Amino acid sequence: MKRFLASRELLLLIAIGLLLGVISSRFPAFIAPSNLVAVFNDTSPLILLAIGQMIVILTKCIDLSVAANLALTGMVVSLINIAVPGLPIVVMLFIAVAFGAVLGMFNGLLVWKLAIPPIVVTLGTMTIFRGTIFLLTEGKWVNSHEMSDTFKAFPRTEILGLPVLSWIAIAVVILFTIVMTRTTLGRAFYAAGGNPHAATYAGINVGRTQFWAFTISGALAGLTGYLWVSRFAVAYVDVAGGFELTVVAACVIGGVSIMGGIGSVPGALLGALFLGIIANALPVVNISPFWQMAISGGAIIIAVVLNAQANRTPGRIILKRAEHAT
Amino acid sequence: MTTTSRMIPDRLQTPLERKLKSWESLLMLVAIGIFIINSFASPYFLNVWNLSDATFNFTEKAMIAFAMALLIISGEIDLSVAAIIALASTAMGAAVQLGVSTEGLVLIGLLVGLACGAFNGFLVTGLGLPSIVVTIGTMSLFRGISFIILGDQAYRGYPSDFAFFGQGYVWWVITFEFVLFAIIAVIYAIILHMTNFGRAVYAIGNNATAALFSGIRVGRVKFILFLLTGLMSGVAAICLTSRLGSTRPSIAVGWELEIVTMVVLGGVSILGGSGSIPGVVIAAFVMGLVTFGLGLLNVPGIVMSIVIGALLISVIALPRLWSMWRT
Repeated sequence: MKRFLASRELLLLIAIGLLLGVISSRFPAFIAPSNLVAVFNDTSPLILLAIGQMIVILTKCIDLSVAANLALTGMVVSLINIAVPGLPIVVMLFIAVAFGAVLGMFNGLLVWKLAIPPIVVTLGTMTIFRGTIFLLTEGKWVNSHEMSDTFKAFPRTEILGLPVLSWIAIAVVILFTIVMTRTTLGRAFYAAGGNPHAATYAGINVGRTQFWAFTISGALAGLTGYLWVSRFAVAYVDVAGGFELTVVAACVIGGVSIMGGIGSVPGALLGALFLGIIANALPVVNISPFWQMAISGGAIIIAVVLNAQANRTPGRIILKRAEHAT
Repeated sequence: MTTTSRMIPDRLQTPLERKLKSWESLLMLVAIGIFIINSFASPYFLNVWNLSDATFNFTEKAMIAFAMALLIISGEIDLSVAAIIALASTAMGAAVQLGVSTEGLVLIGLLVGLACGAFNGFLVTGLGLPSIVVTIGTMSLFRGISFIILGDQAYRGYPSDFAFFGQGYVWWVITFEFVLFAIIAVIYAIILHMTNFGRAVYAIGNNATAALFSGIRVGRVKFILFLLTGLMSGVAAICLTSRLGSTRPSIAVGWELEIVTMVVLGGVSILGGSGSIPGVVIAAFVMGLVTFGLGLLNVPGIVMSIVIGALLISVIALPRLWSMWRT
């Protein structure tokens, strides 16, 4: 309980509460349940990506290719939809997750087997993925009328008053809360990032753990790719352009330490919601959407400063540096 | 990651050493190869005016790349450089509307660059924050401020003598920008390879703690490097704004990637501690020639970015694959 009171999650909950309070004092309609549901639904893609990114950052890596992965997978499933309009949604979801995971594995392999710094790998694959969309389509758009109705309807179908998109976000949050706290792989992510040398001595293959982190991030980006493209009913080269920075921002605001080893699924969720509420509130309170970028930039910097204050407990090196097993 | 004890060399040691020693010459061969292929691929390539135009593909980016090379050698990185260009350009555009003269515009461009660099430097060295996240943050912040000021508008109406920086010729086909690029290259080569400051940069990149205990003011050196990177972004902003003659908030989008690619292609280790300015100079020519050649062949910009992305990864991956192959 004491730990919870001092935690980033509580701090963020209070910040979100204050934010909602300030907005609703002027515009009460903003906190109407139906609008909050809409805000959550609108933030769902960010939540999905932030959870994947959090796992990658936990292992001392960073994945800047998520938005490009999303766009490429979105385009691939759209093209498949044009070619085979009758494909069941379950198959489509499987293709999206698998394709995204393969792209993530490509990042992961370069980081694991060739030990190339993750920021270099993902900066490179970011442009390669986006360029590939152009090669696939010659820059053409896939528009609403070319997509089949079931393809477009899936993320918007309402179950118990919530769209499927929101339910998927909720399911992924629950799934990864369990994975991160209750499984060996989940704990390995923390160990690999918290202290790679100790992790190696404890028998954890740091490189392979990073590989799985990239695979998960890629799979979630692929899943989001299908949901994004079908929700907005359009696919083109620049889908979600620059969104990778918003995703990193959500993680950093959610208390994920860029040095690795610190972070949680609820933190990433709240970080994403914080940004989602701001994005949705700006037009309501009549601030130009052009403020969005500077606000996320400012939020990242403030969050990093706060993270650094909170995490200033340097450990002692007891063991000699270990050779990383590969 | 090996546990080899280190002296303070310019470059990484042992199996890689020989290859890195010849990295610049290898790169030179690549540049010559691309030059020859280009001259066969397009009849318009071997024209001095076209070649002179082609230098614009890399001069502005290379100016920043030199400062970035020092920063990366010291173990930090600055991803906000393109955003600094946007902010500096916006500030100059705003000043034009108030009737500021060309000298004033140049001063404003440089000062905004310095201020942004100082802000990054303070956050990284003053507060001890990791430079990757800090500069991802300031990247949205700086460009975000440009968007707040400009929205979907653009600034125009720069004074006619301001055009010299980006469009002027010093002598025959030699542009002002190219001369500036050459001068800056020489200055940075001297700073990095012939001064105590340059040795300190290598020392910090190899082992910041040991550098600190050897009496190097690590924080101050890094702060100066961030200042220099900001300043060079200001210089690039002046050249680019002058060349385009207008400012939009999306100016120079994605340049940080190309600049980092240029530095890494030039043989600078992304982990810090090794690299050289001549390498970056040749890398600038290689990237300029590739973009120019592909442009002459009507290859769209986004496909060029695939080539640059693949170049970035393969430049690091190939030597590692090669050494894995041999062992």
